[in-house]
Amino acid sequence: MAVEKITMPKLGESVTEGTISKWLVSVGDTVNKYDPLADVITDKVNAEIPSSFAGKIIELLAEEGQTLEVGEVILTIEVEGGDDVSIEQTKKISLETKPAITPTTSDKQKLRYSPAVLRLSQEAGIDLSLLSGTGAGGRITRKDVMLAIENGVPAKEEVKNTNTIMETSNIESTSSINTTNKVLDTYNQQVKPGDTEIPVNGLRKTIADNMKKSKHEIPHAWTMIEVDVTKLVQYRNQIKDSFKAKEGYNLTFFAFFVKAVAQGLKEFPQMNSTWAGDKIIQKKDINISIAVATEDALFVPVIKNADEKSIKGIAREIVELAKKARTGNLAVEDMDGGTFTVNNTGSFGSIQSMGIINHPQAAILQVESIVKRPVIKDGMIAISDMVNLCLSIDHRILDGLVCGRFLNKVKDILENISKENTPIY
Amino acid sequence: MPVISYIEAVTQAIKEEMEKDDKVFILGEDVGVKGGVFKATTGLYEQFGSDRVIDAPLAESAIAGVGIGAAMYGLKPIAEMQFADFIMPAVNQIVSEAAKVRYRSNNDWTCPIVIRAPYGGGVHGALYHSQSVEAMFANTPGLKIVMPSTPYDVKGLLKAAIQDPDPVLFFEHKRAYRLIKGFVPEEDYVLPIGKADVKREGEDITVITYGLCVHFALQAAEKLAEDGISAHIVDLRTVYPLDKEAIIEAASKTGKVLLITEDNKEGSIISEVAAIIAENCLFDLDAPIMRLAGEEIPAMPYAPTMEKFFLITPDKVEKEMRKLAEF
Repeated sequence: MAVEKITMPKLGESVTEGTISKWLVSVGDTVNKYDPLADVITDKVNAEIPSSFAGKIIELLAEEGQTLEVGEVILTIEVEGGDDVSIEQTKKISLETKPAITPTTSDKQKLRYSPAVLRLSQEAGIDLSLLSGTGAGGRITRKDVMLAIENGVPAKEEVKNTNTIMETSNIESTSSINTTNKVLDTYNQQVKPGDTEIPVNGLRKTIADNMKKSKHEIPHAWTMIEVDVTKLVQYRNQIKDSFKAKEGYNLTFFAFFVKAVAQGLKEFPQMNSTWAGDKIIQKKDINISIAVATEDALFVPVIKNADEKSIKGIAREIVELAKKARTGNLAVEDMDGGTFTVNNTGSFGSIQSMGIINHPQAAILQVESIVKRPVIKDGMIAISDMVNLCLSIDHRILDGLVCGRFLNKVKDILENISKENTPIY
Repeated sequence: MPVISYIEAVTQAIKEEMEKDDKVFILGEDVGVKGGVFKATTGLYEQFGSDRVIDAPLAESAIAGVGIGAAMYGLKPIAEMQFADFIMPAVNQIVSEAAKVRYRSNNDWTCPIVIRAPYGGGVHGALYHSQSVEAMFANTPGLKIVMPSTPYDVKGLLKAAIQDPDPVLFFEHKRAYRLIKGFVPEEDYVLPIGKADVKREGEDITVITYGLCVHFALQAAEKLAEDGISAHIVDLRTVYPLDKEAIIEAASKTGKVLLITEDNKEGSIISEVAAIIAENCLFDLDAPIMRLAGEEIPAMPYAPTMEKFFLITPDKVEKEMRKLAEF
């Protein structure tokens, strides 16, 4: 008999932790390999952790609702037929690896700060990393800090920055002095009787963090064009019933838009890129993230290689992904790898919206409501089906010119959709 | 100002108080004709007579009990336990009666007794003549425990103890009796019970101790000063109740604290001092609180080598002080 450990798996590229939402087994249960052990909520998806072994559950090492880092042990399992060595081996390995982590220099105490040292340095705004310690093992002593305060030392960079920000804002006399204070203020909001408090966790927190990250980090620029989709409407209305009858699901307008965008991206790969600090990475694959809203959350599952798919294929994936999202069954691979987002804001009646870019992509396109409007055509007033396409871009990567060209390409494709040049299959 | 020994300060204090107030009297084993086994009461029998300097039978419970009764009736007894080790039969009298009578009677009765006892090791006294017993009494509200380190403090604090309206345990370090000498004014003076005293000002480390160890710390501080390390040394003087204010101030001053007692470590006076510092000084601390105390063995060994092993010595104190300074 041997005891094996099941750890929190890495359920996606950027996922670092997971929350056990429900245990599906109890201590003493016998499980087969691949049997589900627990439901886990991560930043991106809800998933099940499968068992890597067949055996008997010995111990559950986390509570429901507890968040564990990827790699942390969640339960132990007794495996038949194994031998007892494995645990000892793990121990040995961990023993052997430990010394490598401990710094071998004599400065090993340098980063161990006493309460007095921390307090003094914080009060005086001293960056401890700039001091050298006279204590045992290079430890920075209280006296070292006091001497530094007396003799003057480089203050913390952060402190300087805050000061500059404050000064500039004083000069400009704007009200946005200190964002930190503002954030604190929002956290300190009063709850009045009758108000409902909803704890922010799981997906909501991830959505909030991602939105904030995107809006804080990416300098957004915004533009909009209007597209005459009269032909598209005619074409789609003409075939939608037969399509439904034949395929069993709806042929949505959105599929045409996704296809048009994918084609546009093929021509303007700049739009299909990401900011990587010292470089811009243009993605080869065109993977379109589509925004799917549920009652309390927003998912962006991905239609992979959308440029290679037919309108029918795209329509089908949209239906499937939306269904998965609404039933909470999206898998990690459904969410990974998006390179550009198309958002169907028209579905809830919007005619204009400023999307927040799906970090770290370069742009997001909002497809608004299709509305009938009088327009001038060939010097005459006509009634057309019009739609607004709104584009938010990362201005670090993209400039107006390429965006205009891209949008005009998409517009061109959409306005020329017809039975003759736009196959569904 | 004459230089006198620690024990002469004891005698002087008692003599002066007895001259001043005829309610003050002494009782204890061999305190009269012999003048005490350490000669602490020498000459007093001759001066004040057998009514005020009473040779008691070998019965510590009776010495304490008689003293407590006399005190409750308005006299001011100074009861001597020949050795602190012998105080055990009197513990019930001291803890259950003397300490509690004021509280129990809602201030109708008081017990202004002083119980003197020589304590401490380093005199080849072994088990029955070396113990430190202060910790046993140091969680009994109603008692005060005074343990001076210098002749000046002995005289001022013993007078204060005799004048105190409540029971005071006055523990004298027997090795200090003739080892420690110091200037003592001839005029009448008292020192406040419950106040610690800074024996040396310093900046780098703080040593808080009491009794003979104060002198070891002072000696070590001299040596450390040669190497540029400056030690701040506090003498608790009263070990119960503790002078919290002085402890907090001294610990905060340097942020590095060494506590010394020659008693066993666990549950000792310095355990409480450490707790006070931990409760109040976290953000001033620059090092873990260090404690130097007797080994956790049941009694002072008799063999000189083993006695040295158990005892706090100037060498041990110096070593620990250096360790703390280097941290």
